Amino acid sequence: MHPAPSVIIFTTLSGLGFGLLAFLCLGYPSVGGIVGFIFFAIGFGLAIGGLLSSTFHLGHPERAIKAFSQWKSSWLSREAWLSLFALALSGIYALGRIFFEIDLAIIGFLSAFFCVATVFATSMIYAQLKTVPRWNSGITPITFLAFSIAGGALLAGQISIALPLLALSGVIQIVSWISADKAFSKSGTNLATATRLTANPNEVRSFESPHTGTNYLLQEFVYKVGRKHSAKLRIIGVILAFGMPIIFLSIPFSHYIALVAIIAHIVGMFIIRWLFFAQAEHVVGLYYGKR
Amino acid sequence: MTLLPEKTEKKLGLVIDLDTCVGCHACVISCKGWNTENYGAPLSDENAFGAEPVGAFLNRIHSYEVTPVDKPAHLVHFPKSCLHCENAPCVTVCPTGASYKRVEDGIVLVNESDCIGCGLCAWACPYGAREMDPVEKVMKKCTLCVDRIYNENLPEEDRVPSCVRTCPAGARHFGDLGDPNSDVSILVEERGGTDLMPEQETLPVNKYLPPRPKNQMDDTDILAPYLEPIANEPHGFFNWLDKTLDGI
Repeated sequence: MHPAPSVIIFTTLSGLGFGLLAFLCLGYPSVGGIVGFIFFAIGFGLAIGGLLSSTFHLGHPERAIKAFSQWKSSWLSREAWLSLFALALSGIYALGRIFFEIDLAIIGFLSAFFCVATVFATSMIYAQLKTVPRWNSGITPITFLAFSIAGGALLAGQISIALPLLALSGVIQIVSWISADKAFSKSGTNLATATRLTANPNEVRSFESPHTGTNYLLQEFVYKVGRKHSAKLRIIGVILAFGMPIIFLSIPFSHYIALVAIIAHIVGMFIIRWLFFAQAEHVVGLYYGKR
Repeated sequence: MTLLPEKTEKKLGLVIDLDTCVGCHACVISCKGWNTENYGAPLSDENAFGAEPVGAFLNRIHSYEVTPVDKPAHLVHFPKSCLHCENAPCVTVCPTGASYKRVEDGIVLVNESDCIGCGLCAWACPYGAREMDPVEKVMKKCTLCVDRIYNENLPEEDRVPSCVRTCPAGARHFGDLGDPNSDVSILVEERGGTDLMPEQETLPVNKYLPPRPKNQMDDTDILAPYLEPIANEPHGFFNWLDKTLDGI
């Protein structure tokens, strides 16, 4: 799949932002006034910035409001509603915290629920697609949720929670890669089922493409650049996103070290999310003799 | 609404005969022409005369080489367009309701004024049937020429999809696949029509008729056994030449 920057930025930043908001709304840390304002501003900035970024990959962003209409069937529509609830409720909670130093615990709990639900809906947009076997698995939502919660704990400064969650996220990511690497062949879709010309996929081969040039399908779904470096990028991604923050948080705390840990985590998450798209193979590539 | 209808009154679709298709791409051009001049945003091309032209097409013809171990190899031309699936994954993922499946005839359509161009429906389609128009930025797909098949301003023989009307080989058939007595249903029954990627559970309405087996080439001429066998031994001058050359 084509790794569109807008979608990578969206899933990475909004995942982190909603993770942070969830912790803040549960009172970890329980802060008000100017410190609370800064914490919530970072959370809203990431979540809203990510959501805005996602509109850049739309052909007609001016019609985005229509995306709220099909929540009965569409995970994208559900995500729109859930993010609206999450932002509205955590906004109310944040106002109480920052300006009145009050803890609206029930609203805070609901905000955290909707923040996590939003990340889940985002992950289901990808996990629901049978056409991309690498994503079409229960592990996809688990990775999205784990990264969001671990990243949220890191940004919220909850070191004792962040350390085990970051380690767990790293393990989940590695397990997910091991299973996802086998997903395409396990899916049972190959050129033989795609064409039904023979039962044996080794007996059929794409002889000629419909056109000599490229097309939308190839640009969107057949992305091979960088796959050859995927093994190295995986190692770099895991070290930056999980390894380095764990090391930095384990040494005596300072704000500068925490900042380095957060930057490493975000850069690592961008690499991991880039791989999530760049390595995903859509079954339509089979028709073109490509993966 | 992007919920799929439980049942459609008809299942209009295409039956494509892979035995007959000659790979001329006439249906591609006719489809592009009709759908550029009629319903919806025109199918645009970008950089049409440049080094890397790109454009939206609703119908594309692939070619596959089939090399069975025990049968002669052959080449199959393979037209591919929207299969108007009963369980269309492209419809349910649409967040705006722009994609829908019609209850009356089962045609899957896009309401272009509701389409936000997010591309998720194209991601959900295993067949590559949907393409984003590079200029209009809305999703384009086969409409089964909904603006022809019910169009009473056209002569009756033209009230079929443009690709079907154009095909010079008669490789494309249009009809109601929900009616077991329709011509297309009988054709599918007789020729063993198949679904593409059945494991994706999309329940495509369009069917593909497999190429007829090509493993009987030795038996094609029933008179062959009665023909005088071709002489294996050369005669006359060539016999002398053969022997002389052997002797050198």
